[in-house]
Amino acid sequence: MSDSLYDALAAELTDTVWLDTALETVSRQPSAIARLFPAAGRQCGRWMLTSLPGWAVDDAARVLLLTALPEEASTEVASLYRYGDAAEKRAVLRALPLLPVPAAVVTPILLDALRTNDTRLVAAALGSTLDRPAAARHLTAAAWRQGVLKAVFMQLPLADVADLDERADGEFATMLAGLVQERAAAGRAMTADATDLLRRLEERVT
Amino acid sequence: MMRIFDPHIHMTSRTTDDYERMAAAGVRALVEPAFWLGQPRTSVGSFTDYFDALVGWEPFRAGQFGIRHHCTIALNPKEANDPRCRQVLGVLPRYLEKDGVVAVGEIGYDSMTPEEDEVFAAQLALAIEHSLPALVHTPHRDKARGTVRTIDVVRESGIAPGLVAVDHLNELTVAPVAESGCWMGFSIYPDTKMTAERMVSILREHGLERMLVNSAADWGRSDPLLTRHTGEAMLAAGFTDDDVDRVLWRNPVEFYGQSKRLDLSDLSNATSSTFQGNSILRGGS
Repeated sequence: MSDSLYDALAAELTDTVWLDTALETVSRQPSAIARLFPAAGRQCGRWMLTSLPGWAVDDAARVLLLTALPEEASTEVASLYRYGDAAEKRAVLRALPLLPVPAAVVTPILLDALRTNDTRLVAAALGSTLDRPAAARHLTAAAWRQGVLKAVFMQLPLADVADLDERADGEFATMLAGLVQERAAAGRAMTADATDLLRRLEERVT
Repeated sequence: MMRIFDPHIHMTSRTTDDYERMAAAGVRALVEPAFWLGQPRTSVGSFTDYFDALVGWEPFRAGQFGIRHHCTIALNPKEANDPRCRQVLGVLPRYLEKDGVVAVGEIGYDSMTPEEDEVFAAQLALAIEHSLPALVHTPHRDKARGTVRTIDVVRESGIAPGLVAVDHLNELTVAPVAESGCWMGFSIYPDTKMTAERMVSILREHGLERMLVNSAADWGRSDPLLTRHTGEAMLAAGFTDDDVDRVLWRNPVEFYGQSKRLDLSDLSNATSSTFQGNSILRGGS
């Protein structure tokens, strides 16, 4: 799974010396990730990968570093998130579906991201990674509904929310309808993907 | 259009109205030094949450207005005296590796205590270890002697003087810093530290090299547009557009650029499309 990510990234880097050394170091000496993880952006770059839509170079490099951690070192993941800047936090969120970390670690990280008002973190917490089951499957129905409604509120593209139609239930439809009514009363527009979603959910009931 | 890089401003204490006015006045990049928050902190946790905001939420907020945000991280001199805050030194290495961190600061003296001596020296060593410049605050009280002592500590640390900015200078403290080879920082305030007109006189006398002009706007009475006002005062006094660009843009870019972490790419396109009337600006739910 992460092989395809490595190939996409390596194909666009001028050289992979830093990346390969960092990956090897992390697999051998996991604690080294604390210093390598924040440096990934300035060492590898930050442009958007052409061959892998939605992925920036630094995101891909950081996710690969996380997948290089030995399984017993997965405790590093929580502290990388805790002390991460916004880009590092986003990379941890995107890596979660690829990592052998238990729900007890995943869920608090997702809830932290959903409490922020940073659109990049909220989107990453609700999204999927390389067709893996989304980390957000660990969220309770109540937390997931609040998270997705927040995404609507922030006008994030709903196409990036994993399992959207599968998880959107009647309770979520009621909450979304409430927001649509509130916006209509205020004379404010909703994004088309939100009104489309509401229509799909209402059609499902009738 | 004047392009402005404010090398010292505490945006955490400012509103979105300020960001909007700053962007309109030509401010396209800034550095927010970690400092004292007015209310003394009592634990390391308050510092890490503050540092997290400086590398997380605040750059996001600035980005909404097309302004590039970087920061400096340190234990400030005032709180260096509080034993409850000293352990902050232990978490600094983690933050000094962040992309958005372009210097160690604000460090230096407040009351010139032995504790401040120790923490100042330890943080200059961290600047060397992490290949970062240092932003050094000079004290409000006993400023002239504090500035001379600051230069001595910088010299003893072994850091290259060109990697150090000594800040909040005035007519009486500029000369020794000029001689030391350190950069000279001036905080333009509505009625205290330095005014735009006095700043112009200092630039006439000491030249433009290694000169940094900032607003140091914070939670006190201050004005984030005084950088712009200083540029206008320079033009009125006969300085050229290029001189203004040097002081308000190229100098701070050169100083913080020594970190090799300054990211000013794509700034021309950054007048953010998310800015115009978008609810993201209200901060979501």
